[in-house]
Parts: sequence; structure tokens; C-alpha cells
Amino acid sequence: MSETVTLTIDGKDISGIKGETIVQAAKRAGIYIPTLCDFDGVTSPGTCRVCTVKVDGRAAAACKTRVAEGAVVECDTPELNELRKMLIEMLFVEGNHFCPACEKSGNCDLQALAYRFAMMAPRFDYEFPDREIEARPKKLMIDRNRCVLCQRCVQSILTENDEPLFTVSNRGNKAIIEIDVKKADGIDDELAQKAMDICPVGAIIRKRKGFSEPIGTRKYDKTVIGSDIQG
Amino acid sequence: MGKKITIEPVTRVEGHGKVTIHLDNDNTVTESRLHIVEFRGFERFVQGRPYWEAPVLVQRLCGICPVSHHLAAAKAIDVIVGAGTGDGLTVTADKMRRLMHYGQIFQSHALHFFHLCSPDILFGVDGDPAVRNVVGVAMEHKELAVQGVLMRKYGQEIIAATAGKKIHGTGAIPGGINKNLSIEERDAFLNGIEGNPQLTADQMVDWSETVLEFFKDYHRKNKDFIDGFASFPSSHLSIVREDGALDLYHGVIRAVDAEGNRLIDDVDYQQYDTIISEGVKKWSYMKFPYLTELGPEKGWYRVGPLARLNVCDFIDTPSAQREFEEFRAYTKGKPNGMSMHYHWARLIEILHAAEKMRELLQDPDLQGEDLVVQGRRQPSGVGVIEAPRGTLFHHYDVDQDDQITMCNLIVSTTNNNEPMNAAVNGAAVSHIQGQPEITEGMMNAVEVAIRAYDPCLSCATHAVGKMPLEVSLVDRQGNTIAVKQSNMSV
Repeated sequence: MSETVTLTIDGKDISGIKGETIVQAAKRAGIYIPTLCDFDGVTSPGTCRVCTVKVDGRAAAACKTRVAEGAVVECDTPELNELRKMLIEMLFVEGNHFCPACEKSGNCDLQALAYRFAMMAPRFDYEFPDREIEARPKKLMIDRNRCVLCQRCVQSILTENDEPLFTVSNRGNKAIIEIDVKKADGIDDELAQKAMDICPVGAIIRKRKGFSEPIGTRKYDKTVIGSDIQG
Repeated sequence: MGKKITIEPVTRVEGHGKVTIHLDNDNTVTESRLHIVEFRGFERFVQGRPYWEAPVLVQRLCGICPVSHHLAAAKAIDVIVGAGTGDGLTVTADKMRRLMHYGQIFQSHALHFFHLCSPDILFGVDGDPAVRNVVGVAMEHKELAVQGVLMRKYGQEIIAATAGKKIHGTGAIPGGINKNLSIEERDAFLNGIEGNPQLTADQMVDWSETVLEFFKDYHRKNKDFIDGFASFPSSHLSIVREDGALDLYHGVIRAVDAEGNRLIDDVDYQQYDTIISEGVKKWSYMKFPYLTELGPEKGWYRVGPLARLNVCDFIDTPSAQREFEEFRAYTKGKPNGMSMHYHWARLIEILHAAEKMRELLQDPDLQGEDLVVQGRRQPSGVGVIEAPRGTLFHHYDVDQDDQITMCNLIVSTTNNNEPMNAAVNGAAVSHIQGQPEITEGMMNAVEVAIRAYDPCLSCATHAVGKMPLEVSLVDRQGNTIAVKQSNMSV
């Protein structure tokens, strides 16, 4: 039987299962902790830091921090929400996120977070980086202008032989997501769709399918991100 | 000592431009130019983007008629995905796009007439600029102003129901459309949007007839001005349906000369680049298109409402056809070269758009479920549409990886570049030539000539607002000898 622990999030007592992360425990308790790189079913890479909370007064990534008995977690505070907003702004300015023409608009987690945190104009200067588009695969395209290097795709998109389709090349601010073009041409439509769906932004897109979902029916057209966890 | 008059910015048009008028020692106009001083660059930065993004990306050129760019791009991409043109699409997709387009024509023409043009008619070309604007119209002609606002609203709601939102929607996708029209949406348009009995398809037709009558009455009382101001002969170009009917969404390219002789005889628009060339001049960012066969000096032509009614043989809606017959009879069937008759033609088109919307809304094909077709992928595609301001060309080449490698756009206002320069010159000669002093009314007369064409100078910026207007007198050495400034409202 799983061992449970008791902790508080914003003063509310919740129980967690030993070994799970604060994000997972919070979700079961109906408390929304904003995330971007974290995704159900994969080990979170902890790349985005949008889930930053304070655990016993110290900042920590809630997707990488395990629940502990008696832990006091702060999440929905003005200070932390401002910090998250700043992180989201940084993600916007370090890429080329042109929402108006992006087919992921309305289904994009980054855009939805910006709306949730009422981001107007970023406080940082845009970097306007030169980014390459990988358009060779038959079914997929990687638009690196929009990539936030969350690595969800690297972790969760595997071929029939359990080989990763995506990988990270280079290091630091030169890092990019690469796709194995040869393997990519062998994937079926279902996996191609999964790759697009798992990308929290519009970096991985299925070819020749764009904009088929009418405005008004997209994931975040009428609901705020997180409202499925905490109304 | 010669003089140069500069009007900058030109107001009550979409976008930013300026006018220079050169006078010699006797204050005779030697040259007039409309300069387009904005640079956009969409043709370049769409390169590398996936082709299905083009209809959504390129429409950002404009906030007034994005639907026109959206549909022109979608039509070009239809060719690229192998859906072809015309009958290639499903009947539901074709009619949904047409409804979207007529909603766009309707709201854009209403915007132009009520917000941009009517102040000149209601208060006079040389009326007090503090009143001669859309706010003045609202204060002194409330009923007309409300009508204008509600007509625009109706068109915008049609766009929202077909494209997804009022401005910059996503409805037209490669090979079709991404939604049909629900019964609830249809009933709202027929019976009153949000329960408002004024917002019905029938009311739009009635109001269109009213505003057309209003203009015709003004015309009767101001014949010299409406017929004579900035009037000059020219060729005319537009697309027409294959049977010669006015068709703003799809057809073949036809052009006639000032006498009505066919210059271009119903050519498939995929071949547009074999009949049209584009010239450049160093003083404007806007290109100068012309019919290749006639060359840049003689090959220029008008587009837009006036040209369309000069080019087509008939209109397939009854009330607009009745008005069309009266319009054509006015010039005894010959092409009409009177710039101010653009307003007349525009209002006949607004009536046609209202009738078309009503007809389409009653068509059960709009509730069809078959929305998209695709065929054999092609490397290149051209889409042409009659936008509110005239013929709009979109041309894309796409590589094997689905990325756009080339884009060429000839937007409506670009086609009207040379005619607008001619109109500016005509206004300068009639209102400024030989005058010892420049008045605000004279400057506005030049703008009235430009406004008749309803230009979208940047195809992006809507320049209604408080605009400073500056006119400078400059001698041949470039020394400013006199400056007049005003902070005109609108």
C-alpha cells in the first residue's frame, strides 16, 4: 500500500503519495499549479520553471520536487504569480512567437498561460533570433522559431522500436530540437498527431492539416488553462 | 519661382500617403504625385512559411478587408493542393466563402461611404473640418450614422460566422472551409442578430436602397461636381463570371478600353502574369501595374466598383440589376470615367452584396457537411478576387517540402495607382491651379479625389483619427517659403 504524506498548499491540507511530485499531488487535490514542460505520463524534464512554488520558504520546481510530510507549499501568491509571468515573458522574447498566424493559436499552452497571467507586452526586449525550420519530413515540420525547448517531444515520442524520434542537439543557448528525418518518414498519422499534440507550442506541426479546427472550438477558446483542474 | 505643395498625410483613407503638387511661376500645375510612403514586405517574409499558413498570415496586411486577402490566398493555395479553382471546391465551401466575401464587401463599402466619404457630401468639400468628419455626421445626421454603424455590424457578424471572427479569421483553408453555417446562425441573420429586428437580411437590402437613393439625390443636385470632378477616360479591369455577370468572388479577367472595346477577353487568372506587368518609380513604394501588351504609358487601368460595373454585362440580383441599367444608361452604355461615380458604383455593389447575402442565407447548401477537397499537389497557384477596392492578385510558389519560395501580391489599390495620380492631377488643376492662396478646402478637394477610389494605402492602417495636415510651399532650391498646418479632426 502506498505511503501517504500530508502537506499544505496555500494553507489547505492535502495528502500526497510518497514519491510523487507536488504538481501531481496538487492536481489530485484540485489545486492548479501552472506547468508547461510537465506532461502526464512522462518524467518532467523541469526545463521551463513555470511551476515554481515555495516549499518551506525556498523556491522550487513543483514538477521536480517530491511531496514531503509537513511541507508548507506556497503557490498562488502575488510574488510567485509575478515570477511566473516574467518567466512566460522570457519564453516569448527569446523565440519568435507570432501568434496571429500560428496554427496552434487557441490550442497553445504558452499562449494560454500568457492569457491566464494577463501578459500584455513583455518587459524584456525581443531577441528576434535566427531559427531554422526543419521541413524535410513528409508528415511533420519543426518550426524552431516557436520552440521553448521543453523536451516533451524528446521524452515521449518513440517509434515502433521504442527509439526516440526527437533529440536535443548542441548546448546552452545553441540547443535545438532535431528530428530523425529517415525515421520520421516511417511514422503513421497517429504518432504524427501525438507529436503535434504533445508540443505545448506550435513548434511541431503536422503538414497539410493547419487551421482545420474552427475558431470557437479550440482548447482554450472558451476556457482558461488550468480550469479543468481548478475551476 | 516654381512651388511645390505637399499634403501629408492624406486623410480619411486607409493607410498613409502624401501628395505633392508642383506649380510653375504662373501657378500652373506641372506635375502631381500621390506618394505611398510605407513599406510592408509581406512578399518577402512569407517566404519559408508552410503554404497552409498563407491565408492566415498574409491577411494581416489589412484590418479593413483581411477577408479579401484571406480568400485570395486560399484560392491560390486551393490550386496548390490540387483542388483547382471555381467548381473544384465543394458547394458548401464555395458558398460559405462567398457569404464571407459578400459580408466583407458589404461592411467595407459601408465603412467607406458612411465614415470616410459622407462627411464631404453632407458638409461640402470646403466645409468646416471641425464638423466635416464621422463625429459630425453622427451629431447632425444621427439616423444615417446609426444605419452606417449597423450595416457594418451586419457585415462583420457575417464574417465572424463564416471565418471564425470578425477580423483575421481562419475559415478558408486549403481546398475548402473549416466550418459550415449552423441553423441557429442562419436564423439569426434572417430574423435579427441578437433579437434585434433591425439586423436582418431584408433590412440590409432596404437600407442599401435608401443610401443609394440618398447619393442619387445628391448627384441630381450636384451634377457638375459629381460628373466633372477628376473625370478622365481610362481602361478598366476586373474579373467577371464566365457568362459576363458581376462576380466578386470568382471569374475570368476582362479589361475594356475607354470606348468599351475588349483589351483582355476573359482570360484564366492563372495566366495573369502573361497579361499584366508591374513598373516601379523611385518616388513611391507602390508599384505601377499595366497591361503588358500596351506598355506602361498606355496600359494602365482602373479597378474597383467603377471598373467592375464598366466591365461586366449584367448583375444577377434584381434590384442591383435595375440600378446597374440606370448606371450604364447614364453614359449611354460606354465605360464611365468619372471618378466621383465610384461612389455610385460602390453603392450599387452594396445593394448587390445585401441581395447576395440574403440569397445565400436561404440556401441549404450552407448547412452541408462536405467541406474540403484535395487533389494532386501543384508547385504554384494564383488566386484572384474582387476585393472591395478592386482586383486582388495572390501568387505563390511552393517547394517540395511545402515551404513558400515566392509570393507576388498585386493589391487592389496598387492597380489604381496611376488612376489615382491622374485624379490628383485633375483635382489640382481644377482647384489649385492659378490660385494665389491655398485654403484648407482646396487641399481637401485633392483628398476627395483620392477618397473616391477608397484606397488602402498600406493595406493595414486605418487612418481615421486626428490627423495633422501640412502643406508647404517650396521653391525650386528646396527652400520653404510658406507652410500651412492644421490639426484636422479626421
